[in-house]
Amino acid sequence: MSRRVAVCAVAQIKNEPDIWYQRFQGMLLECFEELIKKTGVTFDMDKGIRNIVTCSDDVFDARTISDSGMADVVGAHLRGEKKSAQNGINALGYGMSMILSGHDDLVLVMGHCKESQSESRNMCTNLAYDPFYLRPLGLDFLNVSAFQAREFMKKSNITDEHLAKIVVRSRKNASKNPFARENGSISEKDVISSPYLSDPVRELHQYPVTDWAVGLLLCCEERANEFTDKPVWLTGFGNCMDSYFPGDRELTSNFALKKAAARAYKMAGVKDPKTDIDLFELNDAIAYQLPLWAEGLGLVPEGESDLWVESDGMDRHHVNLSGGMLNGNPIMLSGLARAVECFLQLRGEAENRQVDGVKRALAHGTTGGAGQHHGVIILEK
Amino acid sequence: MNIEKDNQFVIEGKLALPYQYFSGRTGSRFLIRLRDDKKINGLKCNACNKVFVPPRSTCEICGETIQDNWVEVKDTGTVTGFTVVRYSEPHQPVKAPYILALIKLDGADTPFAHIVQGIAIENMKVGLKVKAKFAEKTTSTIMDINCFMPAG
Ligand SMILES: [Zn+2]
Repeated sequence: MSRRVAVCAVAQIKNEPDIWYQRFQGMLLECFEELIKKTGVTFDMDKGIRNIVTCSDDVFDARTISDSGMADVVGAHLRGEKKSAQNGINALGYGMSMILSGHDDLVLVMGHCKESQSESRNMCTNLAYDPFYLRPLGLDFLNVSAFQAREFMKKSNITDEHLAKIVVRSRKNASKNPFARENGSISEKDVISSPYLSDPVRELHQYPVTDWAVGLLLCCEERANEFTDKPVWLTGFGNCMDSYFPGDRELTSNFALKKAAARAYKMAGVKDPKTDIDLFELNDAIAYQLPLWAEGLGLVPEGESDLWVESDGMDRHHVNLSGGMLNGNPIMLSGLARAVECFLQLRGEAENRQVDGVKRALAHGTTGGAGQHHGVIILEK
Repeated sequence: MNIEKDNQFVIEGKLALPYQYFSGRTGSRFLIRLRDDKKINGLKCNACNKVFVPPRSTCEICGETIQDNWVEVKDTGTVTGFTVVRYSEPHQPVKAPYILALIKLDGADTPFAHIVQGIAIENMKVGLKVKAKFAEKTTSTIMDINCFMPAG
């Protein structure tokens, strides 16, 4: 049995603060039509796409069964469709498993999220917590992550200066990415003097509200050449969910990320990520998470990411050249944004941010406050 | 007609559905005890030698059923982590800024989340000893503990 799945094409719209001029269906349709045009794929029930994996969230869309309102614009009309209401990295892993199992030759993965529609992103994520013990206290993904930020900054000697450097670098990298949200450049001083949202997390440490849609066409190895002459291979996937209650978790242990990464590394035959992987895209919703996840993935020894940030380890290891989630990708799709950057880099299509000789890349996504859930995908040329 | 951002048609909406959440047998016992006796209870896994607060009927570590192993924990404890919530939004129980903390109650092994009051924000620290202040009027929720205050 084949152990790899091809990504034949990706299509995305630009990340924007408020796509007021288009409903989410229109955003998806643009991506969908581009994928059809690029690959010539059909919806023939024998030879074409029979199954679509979508990624969206009921609360962000303010309608339950959020996938039912857009089946027709993602090609899911009169055929199979499955929804992932977790970070899109899982939608990709799901599509991969549908092909590896032999159930499908082709799977379309389509994701959308309009964070701009709700009054408050924090009110949305407050609803992720139970109504008995956590929701009444006002817990949300931001303030739960702040618990983790304080503990991690102490453990790894990460300072406000380190975080400012990470944010400024993200903006600089994003300015070379034509699909990135346009935030304008800022200085380290701007970051350090931005007000606290939830100590020690400052306003500019957090990713801004963003709308986006994206699509990817996956195919089995045997038929990939029908749709592209430059396939990118998904060779490893792993995910892991940590405990629900924030107090049950060791917040800086990277328990779930280590498990997810180990599974993905094993499947792809990665022995040492530092030398075996050329490019990394990490899910940095908040600035402190970039060095924390780098430790969890085995890119940096535990507790030493302060030195890694200071010595430009982020550039040396080619981390988040897209600008990362920190520059702005909606919460549901940040992992897909990471995978799309890996795809472009592996194809040599990353324009003026292209790294030479990228053969293997890693895309990472998280769901929940303080990274309760992690997913890792390995992509290869 | 030219549709721009300021003349586009917008539907104002709200996700608001009256709902009843059953807190389960285990949750019911915890909340009733808190409401009626002002006592905080946890559940103990004897195999793992761990006391969980909030309670749950199964140990997530070993899978053992622990729903009858109730133990009373103290209303005093130690802060293991905290943040100062500075933004004001409708889902918050008190006016910002307020301190959210993880508190390991004496007799429990898993810190649980609650609000700390009665201390200046700049003096807040990990390791602070705190004591529960119970609400005068019950709401039959976790807010029957009004907040935690510095102990002594
Ligand atoms: Zn146990």
